[in-house]
Amino acid sequence: MDSDMAGKATARVEEGQGARPRLSPRELAIRYGFLALLAGLIVFFSLATRGFASPQAAVFILQSVSITGILALGVTATLVVGGFDLSIGAIATSAMMAAAYVMVVLEQNALVAVLACLAIGALVGLINGLIICYMRVPDLLATLGMMFLLIGLQRIPTEGRSIAAGMTLPDGSTAGGAFSPAFLALGRHRFDFFIENLVPASVVVLVVLAVLIWFFLEYTRFGRMMYAVGSNAQAAAFAGAPVRAYRIWAYVISGVFSAIGGILLAARLGRGDIASGNNLLLDAVAAALIGFAVLGAAKPNAFGTAIGALFVGVLLQGLTMMNVPYYTQDFVKGAVLVIALVFTFALLGRNGR
Amino acid sequence: MGQGAIFRIAGLGKSFGPNEVLRGVTLELRAGEVTVLMGANGAGKSTLVKIVSGVYRAQRGEMFLGEAPFAPASPAEAMRAGVVTVHQNINDGVVAALDVATNLVLDRLSGGGRGIFFNPRRIRREAREVARRMGLGIDLMADVTGLSLADRQMVAIARAMAHEPKVMILDEPTSSLSSSEADRLFALVERLRERGVAILYISHRMSDIRRIADRIVSLRDGRIVGVFEEKPLDYEGAVNAMLGQNLGAGGIESREATAPVFTADGLRIAEGARPFSLSLGIGEVVAITGLVGVGKTRLAETLFGVHPPLAGAMRIDGRPYAPSSPAAAIRRGVFLVAKDRARTGIVPDFNIYENISLPFLPHFSHLGVASRRAERAAARARIADLKIVCRSERDDLATLSGGNQQKVTVARWLSQPSRMLILDEPFQGVDIAARHDIAAKLRESAGQRATLLFLTELDEALETADRILVMSEHTIVGEHRNRNLDMDRLLADVAGRGLQGAA
Repeated sequence: MDSDMAGKATARVEEGQGARPRLSPRELAIRYGFLALLAGLIVFFSLATRGFASPQAAVFILQSVSITGILALGVTATLVVGGFDLSIGAIATSAMMAAAYVMVVLEQNALVAVLACLAIGALVGLINGLIICYMRVPDLLATLGMMFLLIGLQRIPTEGRSIAAGMTLPDGSTAGGAFSPAFLALGRHRFDFFIENLVPASVVVLVVLAVLIWFFLEYTRFGRMMYAVGSNAQAAAFAGAPVRAYRIWAYVISGVFSAIGGILLAARLGRGDIASGNNLLLDAVAAALIGFAVLGAAKPNAFGTAIGALFVGVLLQGLTMMNVPYYTQDFVKGAVLVIALVFTFALLGRNGR
Repeated sequence: MGQGAIFRIAGLGKSFGPNEVLRGVTLELRAGEVTVLMGANGAGKSTLVKIVSGVYRAQRGEMFLGEAPFAPASPAEAMRAGVVTVHQNINDGVVAALDVATNLVLDRLSGGGRGIFFNPRRIRREAREVARRMGLGIDLMADVTGLSLADRQMVAIARAMAHEPKVMILDEPTSSLSSSEADRLFALVERLRERGVAILYISHRMSDIRRIADRIVSLRDGRIVGVFEEKPLDYEGAVNAMLGQNLGAGGIESREATAPVFTADGLRIAEGARPFSLSLGIGEVVAITGLVGVGKTRLAETLFGVHPPLAGAMRIDGRPYAPSSPAAAIRRGVFLVAKDRARTGIVPDFNIYENISLPFLPHFSHLGVASRRAERAAARARIADLKIVCRSERDDLATLSGGNQQKVTVARWLSQPSRMLILDEPFQGVDIAARHDIAAKLRESAGQRATLLFLTELDEALETADRILVMSEHTIVGEHRNRNLDMDRLLADVAGRGLQGAA
């Protein structure tokens, strides 16, 4: 399903080449360099390790990046309007804790838990947007503040404890609820796809959201206006765009996507783990920024973000299978990010950006 | 070799990829003389300035300062050698976070041979010295953020003078100044001239050029095509050389308006301003002129729904018109080509067709999905229509010259029919050829709408409008039909005498 998305984007690029047939080697490198690097990595790991080139390994990679990928797609929306959302990781963990709280403590069903999470994501995104647009707080600061606020807030209902079935509540009683099987299926169910029980639900969610946001940003007029707002807000306003509304919507999208990531995290863990999700923010932001380098876009774009997430996943999985120690992972991710950013801003700074 | 040439450029050449921008420029500057460099957009002026100021390196040719070869590797090196450039963008010349005194001696602070510690008293003493020599009447303790553009520019120039330059390059220094601010700049240039500095002055504005030029050099397609130094200077010859063609004086056929499209009664756009009325007819091109700062942009933006009027009622086609936002104005068919296209016009990350279709995406969309094919077809028609020079409708805006960028913003608002098309300084930073293209297109397409231009330059108004209104102190003080019009009365209105007579 992921290759389907890549196929569409490539078709678009080929159509673009029709009028400009000759690309210099440098332009070729800028446009396809990162995809070529990804293909090269996959070939290398396939040859160097046993079992990397299997469907199971491919699915495992997708599963490992699904949650950060979803968060990265959300933050891409805020990058498009020229903003930034640092609260995505905290929104995801808050949603995770909320899902656990709703089911375990309030003893509600899976649907209520999911709806509660989505509402929290939308509400936090809305508040972020309002603070940024109407209170004129710079985006980085507003969402940084929101991040701290949420990290603290999610600990208050349980007095700082993780949430699991049968836990002891602050008033001394025992929680009566449990994670519903329907909810856990979001994290654990696998769909048949040529091979039985191959594709996890989280990967399906990732692919669906990726296609949705990609289509929204590239092909709808609303997506185009969001890019216009990010590039020159004043000009967009003078062209009749409700700039604030677009900005606020971008944060709402980011909040909802983060909440979906949180739901999947809760479903995978089967508990509301206070310590999980530490790396979500950095990994997601890294994927979105690596996306700048894909296809020479030099701007936030959904396809690039998805490839960025995949790139990190492939690299880490490959290195793990080659027995590179786990503690080097953050270093590898950081190095990839720095290289991608250099690639974006130095090589393709054609507009002097 | 001319007498007293202090700076010589010989056979300078520069290409960017296949694009040859300078094809052997030879030029000399003399001490105590203002040499005006004229050139259409894309003639190579900016590239020449960047080579002389050490930003770019020339691929061919040489430069000499006095008798010594001059080949600066960086702007700092050029400055140390005595060639100083004041760039067009004023805010690049000052550091907004610091006060005037520190700005004046900034280069010395970053230069070598200084102690590590910052001595505010010494800074102020040196700054006072610089300010005195340049006749700079600005509070040295003031923060630069609080200064007007003109004052900021004075600071930038005064700082440049602290290097005792032999050559000074001023790149369109008046482009964002009002006329009284420009007067102060000219006084400063006089002072520099008296001090024996060789000045290269780059400008589009004929009024500046008439006022300040000792000689004029015309640049076209990367070559010097004319040097004019015999008094009286042949301004028309210089313009023709720069354009490579003889544009006629361009007298226009003034049309009578028919039914009014837009009317305004008792409109007041600023506290304490006199209310005024306005009526624009179908097919009519009306120019509102007046000095900088009399409220032209305020009026344009009020008509477009950016600001509400303080008082008064507006109507379009007889129906009340009170737009709450640009979007509301656009829905009623009122379009604005805003002043300062870089800030309020173009979307730099978008290509030509995306820029043109921006306000009209709903027209190109089904169920919210935009049809790029339809957008591109529409853009191609506009490109042909306005003679926009580009490879295709998918060129990035950044690859276009200023005149062509302006054509794109005009094309955007001509791409759909309007009831009232407002253009605020549409010819700013646009060469004369592009200006003629735009003006001709505006008049040709004016049939079914009212067209309202806001123009500071009287020449531009005389070239394009059927009727000329004059603004002063946020109100309209005079009206002139552009046929045998009385220049003296028009100029008196511009100077605000009409207002005093009426009050």
